[in-house]
Amino acid sequence: MEIEESRQLTIDGEVCQVPAGTTLREACLQVGKEIPALCWHERLTPANTCRACVVELEGSRTLVSSCSRMVEDGMVVHTDTPRVLHARKGVAELLLSTMMDDVNAPELQKLAQATEADPAHFRVGETLVQPIRDDNDLYVRDYSQCILCYRCVAVCGEDAQNTFAIHVAGRGLQAHIDTGFDRSLPDSDCVFCGNCVQVCPTGALIGKTEWSLRQENEWDEKKIQVTETTCSYCGVGCSLDLHVLNGRIVKVTSPYNHPVTQGMLCVKGRYGYEYVQADVAHLQGS
Amino acid sequence: MSPQHRVPQRLLPDPKIVAQSGPISPQRLQLRGLDQALRRAWGMTVTRMIQEVQASGILGRGGAAFPASVKWQSVRDADAAGKLKYGVMNADESEPGTFKDRVLLETDPLLPLTGLAIAARGVGADKVYVYLRGEYRHLLLPIQRAWEVVEGTVPEAVIPLEVRLGGGAYIAGEETALFNSIEGKRPEPRLKPPFPTVKGLFSQPTLIHNVETLANIALAFRDGAGPFRKYGSASTPGTKLVSISGRVNRPGVYEVPFGIPLTEIIEGEDTAQGMQNGQRLQAVLLGGAAGTFLTSLEVAEAAYDYPALRRFGASIGSGALVVFGETDSLPEVAQTLANFFAEESCGQCVPCRIGTVRIKEMLEQFSLSERQVDLRDLAQTMRDASICGLGQSATTALMSLLDRPVLWSKNVDRGKGAV
Amino acid sequence: MVGSNAAEAHPIIFQHILRGVHQGAKLVVVDPRATLTAKRAHEHYALEIGSDIALFNSLAHVIIRDKLQNQSFIERATTGFAALQAEVTQWPPERAAAITGIDASRIEHLAHAYASAKRAMICWTLGITEHHNAVDNVFALINLALLRGNVGRPGAGLNPLRGQNNVQGGGDMGALPNRLPGFQDLTDAAVRNRFELAWGVPLSPKPGWNQTQMFEAMADGRLKGLYVIGENPLESEANSHHIERIFDKLDALVVQDLFLTPTAERADVVFPAAASFAESEGTYTNSERRVQLVRSALTPPGEARDDVWIVQALARAMGHPWIDKSAEEVFAEVRELAPNFRGITYARLAMAQGLQWPVPHKDHPGTAVLHTRLWQDPVDPRVPFMPVDFSPPVERPTVDYPLLLTTGRRLAFYNTGVQSNVYAHPHNQGEQVEVALADAERLELTEGMWVRVTSRRGWITGPVHISASLPPGVVFLSFHFPDQVRTNVLSIDATDPRAGTAEFKAAAVRVEKWSPSQEA
Repeated sequence: MEIEESRQLTIDGEVCQVPAGTTLREACLQVGKEIPALCWHERLTPANTCRACVVELEGSRTLVSSCSRMVEDGMVVHTDTPRVLHARKGVAELLLSTMMDDVNAPELQKLAQATEADPAHFRVGETLVQPIRDDNDLYVRDYSQCILCYRCVAVCGEDAQNTFAIHVAGRGLQAHIDTGFDRSLPDSDCVFCGNCVQVCPTGALIGKTEWSLRQENEWDEKKIQVTETTCSYCGVGCSLDLHVLNGRIVKVTSPYNHPVTQGMLCVKGRYGYEYVQADVAHLQGS
Repeated sequence: MSPQHRVPQRLLPDPKIVAQSGPISPQRLQLRGLDQALRRAWGMTVTRMIQEVQASGILGRGGAAFPASVKWQSVRDADAAGKLKYGVMNADESEPGTFKDRVLLETDPLLPLTGLAIAARGVGADKVYVYLRGEYRHLLLPIQRAWEVVEGTVPEAVIPLEVRLGGGAYIAGEETALFNSIEGKRPEPRLKPPFPTVKGLFSQPTLIHNVETLANIALAFRDGAGPFRKYGSASTPGTKLVSISGRVNRPGVYEVPFGIPLTEIIEGEDTAQGMQNGQRLQAVLLGGAAGTFLTSLEVAEAAYDYPALRRFGASIGSGALVVFGETDSLPEVAQTLANFFAEESCGQCVPCRIGTVRIKEMLEQFSLSERQVDLRDLAQTMRDASICGLGQSATTALMSLLDRPVLWSKNVDRGKGAV
Repeated sequence: MVGSNAAEAHPIIFQHILRGVHQGAKLVVVDPRATLTAKRAHEHYALEIGSDIALFNSLAHVIIRDKLQNQSFIERATTGFAALQAEVTQWPPERAAAITGIDASRIEHLAHAYASAKRAMICWTLGITEHHNAVDNVFALINLALLRGNVGRPGAGLNPLRGQNNVQGGGDMGALPNRLPGFQDLTDAAVRNRFELAWGVPLSPKPGWNQTQMFEAMADGRLKGLYVIGENPLESEANSHHIERIFDKLDALVVQDLFLTPTAERADVVFPAAASFAESEGTYTNSERRVQLVRSALTPPGEARDDVWIVQALARAMGHPWIDKSAEEVFAEVRELAPNFRGITYARLAMAQGLQWPVPHKDHPGTAVLHTRLWQDPVDPRVPFMPVDFSPPVERPTVDYPLLLTTGRRLAFYNTGVQSNVYAHPHNQGEQVEVALADAERLELTEGMWVRVTSRRGWITGPVHISASLPPGVVFLSFHFPDQVRTNVLSIDATDPRAGTAEFKAAAVRVEKWSPSQEA
């Protein structure tokens, strides 16, 4: 057996040992320090873009992103210095400065509350508010809510789907998720697996059914029941979480800890459920 | 220029040599002594080569002033795994006010390419790239031809060289963004560590140097470390190419020794020859768009070297000096710089993507004094939490201005919008 | 990957495969079409349709000729090596090249690549098994794996990717004519005895008919009544016109399905069934033998009932005093009778997110890799090499039928479309007749033009899609849109007698221009 190498570091004055290859954020969690993060996702390669997870590392000129920085022996880390708290608050204020107040971004709002961010602080100009892209019946894109976490890019690319239908285009505040020349989704390389929708931390990517129900004010998280079952299509055996509201499936996800899917589905598994709730006329044939 | 700071041209060729030889001819290679540099390098073990670089004390000339020998050693040590390695010449010169690499490559491309060949041998690179600023397209063929001349001189086969043109993004000059660009990806900076010497281009150990750094390496091997150190300061040996522009009589690229007083660069007969129309110097922006404004008093006191400038919170950066006269509005300059960074932020991380735009907007709408607190607040977030040097230093010049009210308090109301 | 377009047919397995690729694994695809899967591969070998055995035997030839086989494994764990050697000696790459259309040098290269890999896995799907010589195709692949000892080890093995959610589970539960639950041999008296004791009825020792044999019996009148559960053979089986005729001969047809499919429309009695994955309880077994729970999230519509309920109610109606058991109670019975499942309970399945059988006892963690016994001494019984000879597809291109039709799946759709044609997929544009560029030029076809495709069994019409992924001489259709294009009217019911699978992958056809007015 190979003996696992360990690393010793100090986090907020507490000396701890963690296995080599642990990120700073994981190490912090192990000593009970929860570090916020918006772009980080358990299933994906850290994108390291939101910078909400920065911590202070002694000897480093700038703060470091704990989601992607690996532990090293002798590191001395501080997770709640004024500098760290200031940067986190700044990140929240900057993101909120691009959006409307009613944005559907629970993780961002949590960060804003925790840091006592003022959404109006930097609201001095350009926003991301733009028309909703509703060009197919499976999912809707509302980039007014996009925080450019890159999760959708990662999941569409090498981290899972390997379709490479989307990437970031433009630069600066014009940087945005693009299908390639801003084509509509049906005309793009998208295969509608919806894995991007599943990992999106805001309402920027949202199932058409959920979006429509929200428009009608009929989406009620508290009334949704989730049942774990297995997909009825091919023989891979993907685990499905069926989200049922008022007797209808309104969303399908997959658990990230499932050995088969690791949270990912194909278009049939995610959207191909309608046959169990098609209208009676269809059930009886023509 | 005072005699003690007068240096023979080293990085730039002597006019006599220019008259006698074409810039990419074998004669030029000989007249510049570069055949000797190559012969010396090829006569050394790689360990000896790294010692030579270390002894010459060359610091990177791209802006970060990182010791070249440390990079070499690190790439060399990455050899253990027997992996492919790359050498890269960073010729994506895009820092505003900086044009010395262009002059170097136009007048004497054999010098930096000799440095590149030597560096490639020193670290055991399997292939070298030149990443050339897109606007320098006219240099693409000369660089390739110059490489052939260098190839023809070394005793053994030289590794392949590929020139890649940038697509116009400032950020592509950041070394890891540059790698992404060569790999065909969007030029976004990568997280460091891992550093390029360990995981660089195509995830392989990579030595990346600025054009001018490689030119210095060629000189160090030509002359030997001892003679190389004859010029410059003890902590920063050698000479520096400065790009000087603005309200001076003779803007251009000049070679100066480290440690020279700033005033001498501005006033020197061999250099910028003083202020235009006799107007008074108001400030110098030292180091490029992410540099530091120095007041005329500071300029009078400052010597052009890292330790000396640190006292003023300034650095040499890319070697740019932009000189402003008393009629120039520095808040307007700050506005221009803010526009530049908002335009050139790659958009990857939150502090820089949104922060650069907010800085720009605040400068458009308010005077410096009105939003000073907010500007400082935002600058701190950007400096602390941005991924790369662009975001971290995008507010450096602005902050240096805020810290020197003498430069803006008298025209505080020149900002646009609410006054 | 051989004869498998996993990128479209098994997308989530393909994600796992590509993760391996990103970590340095080499991916080779053998497929007549340049599928999406092939496009993601390091190497693609576009062989002639149905020439698989020529390729595999030649690979074995090169491996043995160059002494790259794992001799110690072969000596310890296998039998019949000499016979294999004798067969594949006749397959030098030059001979295989003439049949497969793959250069001899590439065959050599592939053989060396496979033989030099420390661990190599072979995955396949219906490109291997939907042929008249399906079993031989599989034997030829097994021979290759045995030559290199690529079995019974992590990262190695032979992996047929299951096409349907529970095709493995159906077999697990004994839905095979010669098997009892847990793949136990019906002809083994001791096994039978155990089931007879448990069920209190005598069991016939004679294996029943497989589906092909049933169709033959329907054709000649020996089979009069048929109970179809969750299948739509009128659209899914090869040679649809023939299937229609033999269904017409039945005295009684009972269909149990979610929908009134074309098969159900012909039934005397229809039992409306609940959709298993969302409206009932039970288990599926996936491609890696992982038994997983399905749970009810919705109330079935109208009179629809759970399959278990229907079967039990039917038994009672037929005079058997079956007590009403839940799916879990039925599973408990399976556990008692099938050693492979003895350690599986619903509670464990819920906890462990499925268990891979065999799970012989309640503390057993499940079995990720089968056949590990081949690496433990003594190996008893040893595994036999099964030398096989090549036999081309039953139908070859002729003057009248100059092209070969091959069929397969498309990413967003599934089988006869009963499930997949209901949701609003943006690319649901119906079926297209995919024709190779060279053939399209020869036939003067342009994109979207209507054509008629005729085989010896019938004809269909549809719009043309000129496909860069097809080699000349090959036509491709899926069978997802039978309301529009009844692909299986064309396909041939030449069937491997051992597997009962028809040669969906190769039917000779002719393609002609066609205009809708001709239909009248």
